[in-house]
Amino acid sequence: MSFFDAFLNWSVFVQTLPLLISGLTITIGLGLCAIVLGLIGGMLLALLRLYGPSPLRKIAIAYIDIFRAIPLLVLLVVVYYALPFAGLRFTPFTSATLALSLVSAAYSAEIFRAGIEGVPKGQFEAARALGLNAFRRMSDVILPQAIKLVIPPITSNSINVLKDTALASVVAMPDLLKQATQAQALAANPTPLISAALIYIVLLLPLVRLVGVFERRLAARGK
Amino acid sequence: MMAPIIDMKGVTKNFGGFRALDGIDLQVAEGEIVVVVGPSGSGKSTLIRCINQLEEHGGGTIEVDGHAVRKGANLTAIRAEVGMVFQSFNLFPHLSVLRNVALAPVRVRGLSWHEADARARKLLVRVGLEDQIEKYPAQLSGGQQQRVGIARALAMEPKVLLFDEPTSALDPEMVGEVLDVMQQLAKTGVTMIVVTHEMGFARKVANRVVFMDAGRIVEQGPPQTLFDAPRDPRLRSFLNAILSH
Ligand SMILES: Nc1ncnc2c1ncn2[C@@H]1O[C@H](COP(=O)(O)OP(=O)(O)OP(=O)(O)O)[C@@H](O)[C@H]1O
Ligand SMILES: [Mg+2]
Repeated sequence: MSFFDAFLNWSVFVQTLPLLISGLTITIGLGLCAIVLGLIGGMLLALLRLYGPSPLRKIAIAYIDIFRAIPLLVLLVVVYYALPFAGLRFTPFTSATLALSLVSAAYSAEIFRAGIEGVPKGQFEAARALGLNAFRRMSDVILPQAIKLVIPPITSNSINVLKDTALASVVAMPDLLKQATQAQALAANPTPLISAALIYIVLLLPLVRLVGVFERRLAARGK
Repeated sequence: MMAPIIDMKGVTKNFGGFRALDGIDLQVAEGEIVVVVGPSGSGKSTLIRCINQLEEHGGGTIEVDGHAVRKGANLTAIRAEVGMVFQSFNLFPHLSVLRNVALAPVRVRGLSWHEADARARKLLVRVGLEDQIEKYPAQLSGGQQQRVGIARALAMEPKVLLFDEPTSALDPEMVGEVLDVMQQLAKTGVTMIVVTHEMGFARKVANRVVFMDAGRIVEQGPPQTLFDAPRDPRLRSFLNAILSH
């Protein structure tokens, strides 16, 4: 069998493409859900960690540390295979979204915290001196500036979340990787796997480039 | 005499073990222009920052227009009546000049954007920036930025204006334009407390000059008396140092 027949077999590719596309939609759907939930959770955690009353602040710190320490794959397996013993049974999609966003929230929280702390002290003081309340100080003055600072690392983190969706194939999630392995078994040919790898790259490469662009733009503004 | 608009009694403030304010008694009447001078580190900034609680004081009492200023008090309401102009301007870089000025009237006073923009325009004309309204702070010179800073504070129609070395970060050729605006302002009857090293301004505009050293008010009085007949040796050496450079 020639190299092309084995790894880049056109007819296998065409046959399995629908399967791969259905996997890709799930990968993207899962990725987007986890990213959005992770961002919301991360922002809440960051605000709690910085400004929450002491007990909540400690809980936020503990959460952030624990979920950055636990390997995502382990968490995923725990959520899907262990929680049912406690009566908590989730679909593969829910389990994967949960595990991904719980971890992403912890990382996002640290990024947002660094962003908020990166806003100059004078901005907080000017906002306070004008009589703005705590909510308005954040929403109108601090967060718009902090978010500009965190766009590159948040994009980076989102790339990681998208990549980590592939781990969901271990909980029988029919995502791109899972579909590709299944298609390879059906076709007895690795072309679907190679295709899936290429699809991941095509999906993520522009985002990786984008991070670089954002970083340069931010650096240029800082000068 | 009418009740003072600012009333500080025995105010102290420590930073760690360091005593930055050591028993400050200061009463400022409505409409009065008080200039605060003193060597670096004497506590001038700390004093005015306690008035709007950017710094929390330790001991003593502070009242603004009869309202006690302390932790847990309704600080946003008090701050709404006390405008502040910073040495480093602290304009909001993500907002246009107009929105810098209009923001607090909308968010704190409950004006509509339409009303607040109109108020902001008027004030920006008053400080000579009618052509810069749509620009962003980074596009302005230091002197222009500081005039926006003044307009921003004025937009809240505060009872008291605090200035912390408003011209110290400016290139010399821009100091005049900011002092001119402040001098105009002084004629409007607003109460002003100004920390500055601009002795010419103090002489022309101040009703009273307060000299601080090591966290205390050492001497105070009308500018002529204080500058031309200083009694305390610390004030004398401070004035000598300033005049000799
Ligand atoms: N946040 C802080 N933490 C610790 N020490 C502080 C802090 N802020 C001020 N200080 C100290 O308190 C003293 C008074 O400071 P303050 O800024 O009020 O002086 P100042 O008279 O305004 O001086 P300058 O003319 O240099 O602005 C200084 O010795 C300063 O080092
Ligand atoms: Mg100072």
